[in-house]
Amino acid sequence: MTRAIVGLSTCGVAAGAEAVLATLKERVDAQTLDLQVGFTGCIGMCYREPLVEIRTDSGERFIYGPMNEKRIDRLLSQHIQEGKPIEEWLVWTNNGLGSDREFLNHQVRIVLRNCGLINPESISDYIAQEGYKAIQKALKELTPDALIGIMIDSGLRGRGGAGFPTGMKWRFTRLSAGPRKFIICNADEGDPGAFMDRSVLEGDPHSVLEGMLIAGYAIGAHEGYIYVRAEYPKAIERLKIAIRQAEEKGFLGNNVFGADFSFGIKIKEGAGAFVCGEETALMKSIEGKRGMPRIRPPFPAVKGLWDSPTSINNVETFANVPWIVTNGAAAFSHYGTERSKGTKVFALAGKINRGGLVEVPMGVTIRDIVYNICSGIKDNRRFKAVQIGGPSGGCVPIQLQDTIIDYDSISRTGAIMGSGGMVVMDETTCMVDVARFFLDFTQRESCGKCTFCRIGTRRMLEILTRITEGKGELGDLDLLDDLAQKIKDNSLCGLGQTAPNPVLTTLKYFRGEYEAHILSRKCPAHHCTALIIFSVIAALCDGCTACARICPVKCISGTKGEVHVIHQNLCTKCGECYRVCPRDAILKD
Amino acid sequence: MDERQFNFRRMHYEGAEGALIPLLQKAQEEMGYIPIEAIQMIYERTGIPPSEIYGVATFYAQFRLKPVGKYIVRVCHGTACHVANAKSITDAICDTLNIASGETTPDRLFTIETVSCLGCCSLAPVIMINEQTFGNLTTSSVKKVIKRYMKENGK
Repeated sequence: MTRAIVGLSTCGVAAGAEAVLATLKERVDAQTLDLQVGFTGCIGMCYREPLVEIRTDSGERFIYGPMNEKRIDRLLSQHIQEGKPIEEWLVWTNNGLGSDREFLNHQVRIVLRNCGLINPESISDYIAQEGYKAIQKALKELTPDALIGIMIDSGLRGRGGAGFPTGMKWRFTRLSAGPRKFIICNADEGDPGAFMDRSVLEGDPHSVLEGMLIAGYAIGAHEGYIYVRAEYPKAIERLKIAIRQAEEKGFLGNNVFGADFSFGIKIKEGAGAFVCGEETALMKSIEGKRGMPRIRPPFPAVKGLWDSPTSINNVETFANVPWIVTNGAAAFSHYGTERSKGTKVFALAGKINRGGLVEVPMGVTIRDIVYNICSGIKDNRRFKAVQIGGPSGGCVPIQLQDTIIDYDSISRTGAIMGSGGMVVMDETTCMVDVARFFLDFTQRESCGKCTFCRIGTRRMLEILTRITEGKGELGDLDLLDDLAQKIKDNSLCGLGQTAPNPVLTTLKYFRGEYEAHILSRKCPAHHCTALIIFSVIAALCDGCTACARICPVKCISGTKGEVHVIHQNLCTKCGECYRVCPRDAILKD
Repeated sequence: MDERQFNFRRMHYEGAEGALIPLLQKAQEEMGYIPIEAIQMIYERTGIPPSEIYGVATFYAQFRLKPVGKYIVRVCHGTACHVANAKSITDAICDTLNIASGETTPDRLFTIETVSCLGCCSLAPVIMINEQTFGNLTTSSVKKVIKRYMKENGK
């Protein structure tokens, strides 16, 4: 039977997908149509949500978006009853049509192989896509050492950001002696601007469970934890369903698939602390303590959760694992560059036309992603920079847009690969403000253990704030540089060591913007409110009174038909006049 | 405090390892915040010193030591929302409810919080009211959302 499938990830729901699903069900019932209504996770085209896919028995796929309740009737009558797809709403089909087909056609989907394809709350959907085949193959055909060998050969590196080879981590944990060992899935996706892990957990939770099972078998662990942020209620709900289903089937529990291997998985909800994404802090948090990092070594592979050998891997890393076991190391390492194999999922957001979730082979360029997949910058503005790696990363400027995506190339720019958040910025984004934004974040999230991280980030924030307020001095830039180096050198964990990166990269590539704030008291992006002045261009003003009427503080005077005046002493620089003026007679400088 | 509000049997405490955070989460789920009595009760049950419980409760942003409103309005201030002017969204909500961020309305209906990232970056700016997410907001559409909740509660 033909199916209508609605994308029900958090982004889809926020855009109104639940109402679309409800209307669809209601109409199909009322008209007794031969159509089965279902749902899936994240298709990746967040900018076109809500999305509805029509999938026929013969395998034809048509994705429509954005859909709303009003468009359902025409979809049902024209596509389902008359059999004529509605071309103007189509975003992608699997036979080369759709307005946004480049978005999906340039991708290589390994991690996201099932996202948007299967019902994430159905274990049989996952099994139908060869799900749980990899663990069975591992248990029957592979010794743990052979399995670890495959992971090493595949070249898979940790997708949480640091890029440590996964197979090596497993080997170290396997070699550590201990009566009890643990697998932890790090799903504490805290980087602002990143939502890859959420989408995988919401779209294909069983792939993560299977990855953990395989890791457990390889290492000799029988217990697994998934540490998820509490801000992801839908991911937690779907994980709970998936764990229950896997337990009922006997895929989790004692003697998995009849083999001499037992494995259980528990969910631990985070409680809102960014630093808990750091592995030693995360383990403290699972133990029920304040999530503060500790010195490494000993590494978790030797002394981890409750002092037992532990392997902590990221959600995306685990989602890769079953695919590698099924398809072999060579199939995986076929993709990518010399030192970075496979694919990487990126969450694209910011000033681009198509924001969403993309999976690309390592080795493509930033330009490929921004222009070929995401269709360039919104409103025909100019691409300025892309922020990669969140608070630990940095801003890569347009002149480096041909940088290829792999761990080493991105590190050379001063940013880091990180977990995969990419926020694209245009000429209206102030880079000093971006640096201030990230320092505000790290300063709040610093756990307070190391002095330089606790106080140094605060001092940096104060300096950045005064620069954006037009109170900066030239010596501030040297002071920032000096503090940045000291925080890097004197912090214990990754949070502190990388906290200065957003400042260092913007200082390196956008020093002119800092200097403009300090020397000429101007914000070149016209963003920092303390440094902009709104005024009326007398030659263009025809006295329509639109600005005077919208001004919330009534600081614009003038009678109808005459040139208006903005009284600077009262102006709060909200920009409403600039927005409403029909003749572009307001100057923002 | 009313014992019935905070039923330990429903908290499934079985002397399990690492139970403190789930216990605090359960207490907060039942009462909306963590009163000093809850800390005392957790100490009596688990033997974890109250100082340590307090330390954990104040370390994590999720835990509140003060009562909150029926609806928690979380305004996302992640990177994408920041460049999409999340500040104006916070201002619009504060204006509508006449309280500052971090505060609760006197009728205990709304609490405003700013959070780091809700992970719906493509729909920036985004807010979450309890477990419901709203995206692509403008200053006027967010006011409508808040007013709808007020109306549903007879305000």
